[in-house]
Amino acid sequence: MISHIVILPVIWPLLLGALLLLLQRQSLQVLRIVSISSVSVLVFLAGWLLSIVNSGEILVYVLGNWAPPFGIVLVADRLAAWMLIITALVSWCALVYAVRGTDTAGPHFHVLFQLQLFGLNGAFLTGDLFNLFVFFEILLLASYGLLLHGGGRLRTMAGLHFVIINLVGSILFLFAVGTLYGLLGTLNMADLAVKVANTPVEDIALIRTAGLLLFAVFALKTALLPLYLWLPAAYAHTSAPVAALFAIMTKVGAYCILRVYTLIFGEQAGPIADLIDPWLLPLALATLIAGVLGVLASTHLRQQVAYLVVASVGTLLIAFGINTSAGIAAGLYYLPHSTFAAAAFFLLADSIVNRRGEMSDRFEPGLIMVHQRIIGTLFFIVAILVAGLPPLSGFVGKFLILQAALSHAALSWIMATVLITSLFTIIALARSGSLLFYRAQVPEAAHAATDDHTQPIITPHGISGLAIPVCLLALCVALMVWAGAITEFAQETANQLLQPDDYIQSVLGTGK
Amino acid sequence: MEALVAILIGTLTACGVYLALRGRTFPVVLGLTFLSYAVNLFLLVMGRLTVGKPPIIVEGVTEYADPLPQALVLTAIVISFAMTAFVIVLSLKAHLEMGNDHVDGKHKP
Repeated sequence: MISHIVILPVIWPLLLGALLLLLQRQSLQVLRIVSISSVSVLVFLAGWLLSIVNSGEILVYVLGNWAPPFGIVLVADRLAAWMLIITALVSWCALVYAVRGTDTAGPHFHVLFQLQLFGLNGAFLTGDLFNLFVFFEILLLASYGLLLHGGGRLRTMAGLHFVIINLVGSILFLFAVGTLYGLLGTLNMADLAVKVANTPVEDIALIRTAGLLLFAVFALKTALLPLYLWLPAAYAHTSAPVAALFAIMTKVGAYCILRVYTLIFGEQAGPIADLIDPWLLPLALATLIAGVLGVLASTHLRQQVAYLVVASVGTLLIAFGINTSAGIAAGLYYLPHSTFAAAAFFLLADSIVNRRGEMSDRFEPGLIMVHQRIIGTLFFIVAILVAGLPPLSGFVGKFLILQAALSHAALSWIMATVLITSLFTIIALARSGSLLFYRAQVPEAAHAATDDHTQPIITPHGISGLAIPVCLLALCVALMVWAGAITEFAQETANQLLQPDDYIQSVLGTGK
Repeated sequence: MEALVAILIGTLTACGVYLALRGRTFPVVLGLTFLSYAVNLFLLVMGRLTVGKPPIIVEGVTEYADPLPQALVLTAIVISFAMTAFVIVLSLKAHLEMGNDHVDGKHKP
């Protein structure tokens, strides 16, 4: 049983998704209970897996007992388990928020949600490049369904762009995979790492091409400049729980960049070592700047949050781009923080939209909303978190990244960009906060006396909708309280990534 | 034969890229289809072009065709087929909701 723990987080949501499909005729209540308990089990499984791999052990699951590198393997190391637990926690929060009404907007919400988790968990665990492509397609197809869930004109248009750009991305992925297979004759990542290091001279140019094509694909999924343009519209126009879940989607690309370019094209790769080093850091800096410019220029709150996601991707990839163990560790600390904070912000924005009626989330002073004080306080906390002010986890994350940058040649660029963009983020969020809350008007007394219509009545869910953003904020507080233990874990994860020999040995040694 | 297949893949890719950059959804969908044809062919020939060789072990045979690309391309075909079906339905939905078939939904003739 214990040896099957690696495949459980992949197979569990698939089975539950199929079960939910069979239960479609049952009442919505049954579907909700099954769906939420399934994700709760996933949280437990991910936690269990994390506790096992925390010892530094790398678990390898050989599917169908085909010895690697011939069969497909699933590999659970610290990084994979870390991504799994983050995904499980975010999706749990998103799902609990979704059962408050989003799932009634169309059929099969819960099925799609489980399949999305199937794709995400598979992408994090697989040790095979083509299998990674397949899991990408699974998570994308589920995400198309979720993105369009509920319908609407703007959502359809944003969805069309999202689907087309991702299809082009998939095709590029296949070209890259095909080239690598044609030259090296393997798709197992550990085996690729060995073979890339011994590339014959005449193949180097082609392998570099394939490696950089892969980078373009992952950059597209991560929303790195100049391939981020699909993100703001798609995230701003979808429903709040889906946007919250999608906070993890850009991190899938970041995970793949980290995995592929430390394992296959890392320091050990001989003539192709550090393939994306010249690209990653400048692009990440540019993404951060573009994201923050978008944050400043946004006219709607949800659009602003979507650009904050772009900016957080930039910050995260700056950390990975520093390409030292300290930099990667800082990124691994920043990753859950940015995921939880973005998810909390999307859900909070939804609560604000619900309470402002026709004003929706436009940055114009409206009427005072119900629960103004509580929402305002939450907005303030989330803003501090996102901008990276002390004392919350955003500050710790950015501090770690800047600390890791101290030894880097491009220190001045990193310092200047991160600090100046943080300042602009604070300014933009202060502006939106004061427009939404301070300049809100009291409903005119005359109107209020005659009829109740001036009271914003669009709060079908009451205050309970704020519990989930608070829950996500609590996770960020936990990140801050246990920052010592978590940074230690992140440091060990980074060390494990930068010494891919263990990974290669564990995978290729299993067959013998 | 290699040169012929290479030219074929190149032509398909070029047509696909051109069409995918068009402003209306129908050419874009066609372009994506061309691109997926190109990549499927590309994957297939990555096992090298061989004629009349068995893909699985047979006694007395020393040269084999590579069976893996055939399995890969089968998966890729199924996935691209499903994606094409999805994007066609989505384009129809967009056409109905926007009243035109421009990818940005705001094209005026």
